[in-house]
Amino acid sequence: MAETNCKYEWPAAGDRHLIGTRISRIDGPAKASGRAKYTLDVNLPGMLFGKCLRSPYAHVKITAVDTSAAEKMPGVKAVRVIQGPGKEIQWAGDEIVEVAAASEEAAEDAVRAVKVEYQQLPFLVNEADFDKDKSAGRTKPAAELKVGDADKAFADPEVVSYEGEYGIPVMVHCCLEPHGHVVEWVGPQSIRTFSSTQGVSAVPGQFAEALSIPANNVETICRYIGGGFGSKFQMDRWGLSTAQLAKDAKKPVKYLLDRDAELEVAGCRPSGFVKVKVGAKKDGTLVAWQSDCWGTGGPSPSGVLPIPYVLDIPNRTRRHTFILTNIGPARAWRAPNHPQAAALTMTAVDDLAAKLNMDPLQMLMKNADLASENRGKVYKEELQKAAELSEWSKYWHPRGDKASGHIKRGLGVSMHTWGGRGHNSNCQITIQPDGSVTAELGSQDLGTGTRTVIAIVAAETLGLPVEAVTVKIGDSHYPYDGPSGGSTTVGGVSASTRRASVDALQQVLAAVAPGLGVPADQLVAVGGKIQAKGDASKSISWKQACRKLGVKSVQTHGKNPGQCSLGSSGVGGVGVADVSVDTETGQVKINRMVAVQDCGLIIDLKTAESQCYGALIMGVSYGLFEEKLMDNATGRMLNPNMEFYKIAGIGDVGELKVHMMTGPGYDERGVIGLGEPPVISPGAAISNAVANAIGVRVPNLPFTPDKVLAALAKGGMA
Amino acid sequence: MERFEYASPGSRKEAVSLLAGEWGQTEVLAGGTDLVSSMKDRAVTPKRVVSLKKVSDLGGIRNSGKELRIGAMTTLRELIENQHVKRNHPALLESADYIRSEQLRNMGTIGGELLQRPRCWYFRLGYGLLAQDNGKPLVPDGDNRYHAILGNSGPAYFVSPSMMAPILIALGARVELYSAGGTREIALEKLYQTPTLANEREHTLHPNEILTEIIVPHPAKGSHSAVYEVRQKEAMDWPLSAAAVVLEMNGGSVSKAHVVLGHVAPVPWPSPEAEQALEGKAISEETADAAGKAAVSKATPLSMNGYKVQLTRVAVKRALLQAAQGGA
Repeated sequence: MAETNCKYEWPAAGDRHLIGTRISRIDGPAKASGRAKYTLDVNLPGMLFGKCLRSPYAHVKITAVDTSAAEKMPGVKAVRVIQGPGKEIQWAGDEIVEVAAASEEAAEDAVRAVKVEYQQLPFLVNEADFDKDKSAGRTKPAAELKVGDADKAFADPEVVSYEGEYGIPVMVHCCLEPHGHVVEWVGPQSIRTFSSTQGVSAVPGQFAEALSIPANNVETICRYIGGGFGSKFQMDRWGLSTAQLAKDAKKPVKYLLDRDAELEVAGCRPSGFVKVKVGAKKDGTLVAWQSDCWGTGGPSPSGVLPIPYVLDIPNRTRRHTFILTNIGPARAWRAPNHPQAAALTMTAVDDLAAKLNMDPLQMLMKNADLASENRGKVYKEELQKAAELSEWSKYWHPRGDKASGHIKRGLGVSMHTWGGRGHNSNCQITIQPDGSVTAELGSQDLGTGTRTVIAIVAAETLGLPVEAVTVKIGDSHYPYDGPSGGSTTVGGVSASTRRASVDALQQVLAAVAPGLGVPADQLVAVGGKIQAKGDASKSISWKQACRKLGVKSVQTHGKNPGQCSLGSSGVGGVGVADVSVDTETGQVKINRMVAVQDCGLIIDLKTAESQCYGALIMGVSYGLFEEKLMDNATGRMLNPNMEFYKIAGIGDVGELKVHMMTGPGYDERGVIGLGEPPVISPGAAISNAVANAIGVRVPNLPFTPDKVLAALAKGGMA
Repeated sequence: MERFEYASPGSRKEAVSLLAGEWGQTEVLAGGTDLVSSMKDRAVTPKRVVSLKKVSDLGGIRNSGKELRIGAMTTLRELIENQHVKRNHPALLESADYIRSEQLRNMGTIGGELLQRPRCWYFRLGYGLLAQDNGKPLVPDGDNRYHAILGNSGPAYFVSPSMMAPILIALGARVELYSAGGTREIALEKLYQTPTLANEREHTLHPNEILTEIIVPHPAKGSHSAVYEVRQKEAMDWPLSAAAVVLEMNGGSVSKAHVVLGHVAPVPWPSPEAEQALEGKAISEETADAAGKAAVSKATPLSMNGYKVQLTRVAVKRALLQAAQGGA
C-alpha cells in the first residue's frame, strides 16, 4: 500500500461515510421473508427429478448392473449408469446409477429397481489407531519437514519438554441446502444450470468440458446458496449426470442430494492425530518441536497439517502420514487444515505452559514473535484484547478449578493465521442518465455479505446511499469473478468495484465540470451530490449530474488485481473459550467465546462481525459435537442425519464476544478476507479451557461426555 | 419411502378394522414426527397407514379428581399448556418440557411419544430392530455408544426412546388399549417388552390395537417427584440417560420410592435396587448417591457405553435431590 498518488485508493478515515460502519446486509429481508430463491426452490416447466443409486458398501468392485427393470417403470424418462461393471467403489454412498423421472417418488422407485452385483473388498473406515492403519497397509508417508536440530535442542538440560497426544476427527460440512443442480438444455449445444455453488464463474467451464460444448454456451445461476463452507466448488459427478439425463430426456432435471448422501459423500474435513514433543526454556521460550501426525481425508492423500501452527519454533521436525480410508473424499472445510493444526499445536503448547507453571496466554505473548511475516506485534495486541474481553485475569487459574462442587470453570486460548488476498474479479458499473447505478459481477454471496460489500463500495465511491446501488451477482453471464474460497472474495470484489466506480465517477465529474465551472479533478461526490472540494455552494444533485450524460450511459470495468493495490494478505487472530465442565457427567457447557480478529480495512463492520459470530458458533459445534461416525462392522456412516450428526443449537453456544482490530496499523493494509480465520481457534481454545477447568487434558475433539469422563478417570478434578 | 395406502377413518372402531393382524403390514399415524422419517428411512415399510387424526374422541385431558385421563392424540403442546397437568403433575410437565423442539411439541402426541420407535442407528439404517446383518448382531462389536447398559443380554440392544414413559411409570400410569375385541387397561410398564425375535416389537400392543388413553393417578399428598436427563446438547437432542423418581413421604423419610430409568435399556427400566436403597431414608447427598449406585449395580455396559453407567448413577442422584428440594 506504499504507492502514492495512486488513482485508486481507499478513502482516508475521515472521508469514509459507509466503509467501516455497521450496515445490515441488503439481502436480509429477501432471505428472512423467503423471497430469496435457492437452487432447491427452482422448479421449471416439465422438469424431471433425479435420484441416485448409491453403494451401500464401503469398498467393492461392481460386477454387474442391470437397469432394465428401472427403465420400464412408469414415469422414468432416462437412466444413466455412472459407474458400471469393473469400477472399484471406494466409499459407501458413491454414485452408481442416476435416474430421471416425472416425480421424486417414481425416480426413487426406479433407483430401487436397479440390480447391482458387487464383489466385496477389505475396507478401513476408522484411522485413529495408527498400528491398525499400518497393518491394513493403508499408510502413505508425506515428505518430512526438518528445520534446525530438534534432537539437540531437546537434549539441552535447560529445556523443559512435554509429550502429548491429541486428535481431531473427520467431520462433515452438513450444508443446510444440499449439493446439486437443476439443468436445462436451452439449445442443442447450450445449457443453463441452477447450481448450489461457490463458483458461479467457474462451474460453466466444468460442465462445458465434460459435455464437450462451448464454455460460452453454459450459463450458471446461483442467486443464493444455503451453505458451502468449501465443499461446493465442483459441478460434481452428479451434476454431470444430471446434465446428461436432461439431454437424454429432453427435459430439465433437478437433482439435489438427500440429507444422508449430503453427509456421506459431499463433505469431509480430514482428521489429524498426533504424538508431539514440545520443548521450551524455563522462561517459556519455545525452542523445539517434534511431531508424528496421521490423518485421513478418504481414499487419496489430503493436505499435510501445518504444525507447529503459527509458531515457527526454531528447531522442528514434522512427520505426516496419510491414511487412505473408505470414508468418502475430502473437501476443503473453512480454513482447510488450519483448525486441525491449531487443535494439535495450541494444545501441546498449553500443556507445556502448565508444566512450566506459566499462564498460557503469557506463554503465547512471549512466543508471538515466532509467528511468520512479523505478525508478533499484531498477536500481542490481539492477545491483550482477548484477555480483556474474556476477563482472563479474573477467571483464569492454574490447571484444575479448585472450587468445590462438580462444576469446574476454565479458560483456554489459541491463535491462528490466514492469507485472504483478494481473488481475480471483474466489476462492471453502469450509470444511467436517470442516475441509477448497477454493479454486475459473476460472483456469489455465500452468506458472507458479498452483495452488501459491493453496494457499500460503489455507494461510498459515488457519494450515494447504499440503497442507490443495484448489485447483480450470481449469474455467470456477468463479468468473470473468482470462486469464493480461501477468504478471497471480499478483497477481490471490493477492489474491482472500487476501480470501476472511480472510473465511472470520473466520467460523471467530467460531464458536470463545465456547468459548475470547476475542474473535474476539483469535484467530489458526497451526500448524493457532486460538489466542489471545500465549497458546497458549487454543487449539483446526483440525479441532475447524471442528466448531463445526455443519452449515453456510463459503463466502466474494474479489475482485480489491477493498478494500485487495494488489499493485501495475511492476518492473525485470537480465540478464547470460557467453559464449565460437569465432572460428574462430563458435559461441557460454553459460558463465553471470544474472537479477536484483524482483516485490514473493513468494508462492513456488521457483516464482518457476523462472520466472526458464525465462526464461533461453528467452532463450538465442532468443538463439542461434530464427528463423522463410521462403523467398523458395516463400513457405513452411522450418523448421516441431523439427529445424530449433532450441531450446536442456540442454547449451546454461550455468550459470543467479537472484536475487530481496526484503525491505524490495520486499515492501511487494505481489504483482506475474513470468512475463514475466526473458525480456526475455537476448537483448540475449548480444548485448553476444558483442561484448565478439570486439570486433565481430554486428548481428542469433540468433547463429548464419554471422552471427558474417560480423561477424568485418569486424573484431574473428578 | 415405499408406496402405501392412506386411510383416515372417523372412528376408533373403523381405525382398528383397517389394521392388519400382523406387524409390518400397517402402521398408525398420530403426529407423524417419527413415523414419516421411519418410513423415509425404510425402517418400516407399511402397505397401509391408518391416520388417527380424524378420530374425534382420542384427544383432550380430563380430570376426574383422583386421576388425569389424557387422550392419546393430545399433542405435547396441549399437555404442556394444560392447567390440570400444571397443577397436579409438574414432573410430567417437566419431562415434556425437555422436548426442546417446537415442531415436535406442536405435532407430536403423547401416544406417539410413548410408542415412538427406537433411535438405534442400525435400526434406522435398515438392519432391523435387532440390528443384525445376515443374522450377525451388529451392536456388540459395533458402535454402541448410545446403546443399552441394562437388560442388554441380547438380541435387543437398543434403548427405549420415550422421554415421558419413565415418569409416567413412576407415577403409576395405566394405558387404555382398544381393539375389535373391546377395551383393555394395563399398567404403562406392561406396554413395553424386550423383543427376542425380529418380527416382534418393543411394546405389547397387538398389531390391530390402538392406544387410546393414558391414565395418570394424582400423586399421594406430600409426595415428591422429578425427572433428570443427561444430554449432550441443550438444543433438541435425545437423552444419553434419564431418571424419573416419585417419592411417597412419611415425615422426613421416604415411605415408598418409584425410580424408573430411561434410555438405558430396551424398555423403561424400573429400578427396585434404587427403590429399596431409599425406603425409610431421608434424602441426602449420601442416600441419593447410594440409590444411584444401586440403580446401576447390575449394569452390564457394552464396549463403548461404560460412561452411561456413570451418567445413570448421576441422573438418579440428581433426580432424587431435585425431588427432595420440592422438585418439579
